[in-house]
Amino acid sequence: MARLARLQLGDKEIEPMARELSAVLDHIAKISELDLKDVPPTSHVIADAMPTHPALRPDEPCLSLPREVALAQAPAVSGDGFLVPSPQA
Amino acid sequence: MSATDVLELSAAEAAAAIAAGALSASELFETYRSRAASDRAADEGALNCFTWVADDEPEGSAPAPLGGVPVAVKDLFCTEGVPSQSGSRILEGYLPPYTATAVSRLTEAGATLLGKTNQDEFAMGSSNENSAFGPVLNPWDRTRVPGGSSGGSAAAVAAGLAPWALGTDTGGSIRQPAALCGIVGLKPTYGAVSRYGMIAFASSLDQAGPLTRDVTDAALMLKHMVGRDPCDATSLAFPEEIALPSAEQLDGIRLGVPKELTSGSTGSEGEGIEAGVLDVFRVALGRAEELGAKIVQSVQLPHAPHALSAYYVLAPAEASSNLARFDGVRYGMRAEDAGDLLDMYTRTRHDGFGAEVKRRIMLGTYALSSGYYDAYYGRAQRVRTKIADDFRSAFEQVDLIVTPTAPTVAFKLGEKTDDPLAMYLNDYCTVPMSLAGIPAISIPCGLSEGLPVGLQIAGPAFSENRLLDAAHALERALGFDGSKARA
Repeated sequence: MARLARLQLGDKEIEPMARELSAVLDHIAKISELDLKDVPPTSHVIADAMPTHPALRPDEPCLSLPREVALAQAPAVSGDGFLVPSPQA
Repeated sequence: MSATDVLELSAAEAAAAIAAGALSASELFETYRSRAASDRAADEGALNCFTWVADDEPEGSAPAPLGGVPVAVKDLFCTEGVPSQSGSRILEGYLPPYTATAVSRLTEAGATLLGKTNQDEFAMGSSNENSAFGPVLNPWDRTRVPGGSSGGSAAAVAAGLAPWALGTDTGGSIRQPAALCGIVGLKPTYGAVSRYGMIAFASSLDQAGPLTRDVTDAALMLKHMVGRDPCDATSLAFPEEIALPSAEQLDGIRLGVPKELTSGSTGSEGEGIEAGVLDVFRVALGRAEELGAKIVQSVQLPHAPHALSAYYVLAPAEASSNLARFDGVRYGMRAEDAGDLLDMYTRTRHDGFGAEVKRRIMLGTYALSSGYYDAYYGRAQRVRTKIADDFRSAFEQVDLIVTPTAPTVAFKLGEKTDDPLAMYLNDYCTVPMSLAGIPAISIPCGLSEGLPVGLQIAGPAFSENRLLDAAHALERALGFDGSKARA
C-alpha cells in the first residue's frame, strides 16, 4: 500500500501504521451492515439535488500562470521545465 | 481609544467605529499586529496561533464595508507572496502566485491580512497537534488543545489576537475548535464559498467559513464571501443576500433534538456525549424554549451513527488523491540525495508529511485501490445519500436541528495523539452535517469544568439567514462571557 501511495515508511513506522489502520478499518466496516441496494451515490451533495446547476464551465481556453511564475516555486528547474532526477539512476 | 477598549470591539463594531471616525484603521491594525507578533515571537507561554504575521499594515485599505478590519487567515488559504504551507513541512518555503477567492473577496471588501494561522497539517486533525509548526494551546487552559483543524484561527479569536478569522471545515474543523475555544464558528452550505486557492483536503466536503467573537461578525464575514466563482466549478450562487441577524426571539421555531447525536456516553467505543456537556446543552435548550422555540425530541437521523465511518472513507480517499501533487517537483521541499525519480518522490513524501497525513493517505489509497473501490468509496457515497435524505426528512418536521458541537470539552494536549479513533470521535456530532452539505453554526452556550461548550445549530441548504437569526437570539439569551480568554 505504501508503494502505491508513493510513501517511504521507516521500519519503526510500519507496525504502528498497520495497527492503527486496522482499528480504523474495523470501525469503517460498520457501513457494510447497511442495506444500500438501489441507493444512488452522492458526489456534489447540494448540486446533485439541483438539476439545473451548471456544473461545468464552458470549455474555453484562457490564460494560465506565466511559465516563469509557475517555475519560480520549484525546488529545481532547468531552462523551461522542472528538473527531476532520472527515472533510472 | 485605549488598546483595551479597541480589544473589546467586535469586528462589526470596529468597522463601524472606523467608519464613524472614532478609530483609525492603522490603530486597529497595529493593536492586533503587535499582539499577534508577540505570540509568534514568544517561545514560552505563547499560544502559537500564527505561522506568519504581517510586518506592516497593507497599503490602500480603502473605505469599504469592512474598512480596514484585520483578518487572520488559516494557513491553507493561498495568499500571493505570503507563506502558505497548510501546516505541513512538505510546503516549506512555498509562496503562492495567487490568492484564494475567499481571501480576496474579504480584502476587496476592505479587510486587511493580519497573519496566517496555525492548523493541523492539511486540515487533518481535531486538536491542532498535527502541525509542522507545533501545537496551538487553548487560551482557556494552556495545558489543553484548542480543537482543530482550524485551531490557530479559533484560539487567536478567543485570545483577542485577531478580531476574527477565516477557517475551513471538512468534518468539523471550524465548529469543533470554535466550541472548544468559546467562540462562534460557521460552516456554510457546501458550495456557498469558493474553494479556489484553498489547499485541498477532501474536495467534496471542504468549505471555508468564519470564526468570530459573535454571531453578527459571522454573518458580516459570510456576507462578503459567498457566491459563485468561475474558478471553482463546485461553487454555487447564493440565492439571497446574507443579512446581519436581528432576531431576539425564537417564536414558533421548531428545534429538533436528534437522539442519535445527543445521547450520553455508551461505554467502550467512546461514542456519545459526556455528562457535563449534555448538562450545559440541556440548559441551552431551556433558554431556547423561554424564547418561544418548540423543542421536538422525536426527530430522527437514523444513519447519523454511520456518518463517521463514511467520512473516514470519503475524506482520506479524496485526500490521498489531492495530496498526490506533493512530490517534490513543483513546489515546497524536496528530499536531498535521492537516487532516481521514484526514490525522490517517496523520500520527499516520507520527510515532508507528518504521521496523521501518512495514515490518511494510506487509508485513502487502500479505499481507492483496485477491487476495493465499490466496497469503500462507492458504499460511503451511498451512505452519504442516506444521511442527506435523513436531514431532508427531518427538516419536514423541524426548522433547525440542535446538538452539542463536540462530545467533550477541550482535552489535554497529548491525551488522544496515540489513538486515532478516539481523536476521530471528536467529530461525531459535526460530520453528519458535512456529509449532508448543510450549514451549521457553533455558538458558545456555557461552561463545563470551567471550559467552553458549543451548541451546534444546523439548517437546510442555504438557510444561513435563518440559522444566523436563531443563533443571534440564543446568543443574547445565553449571555456567554468570553473575556476570560482574552485576559
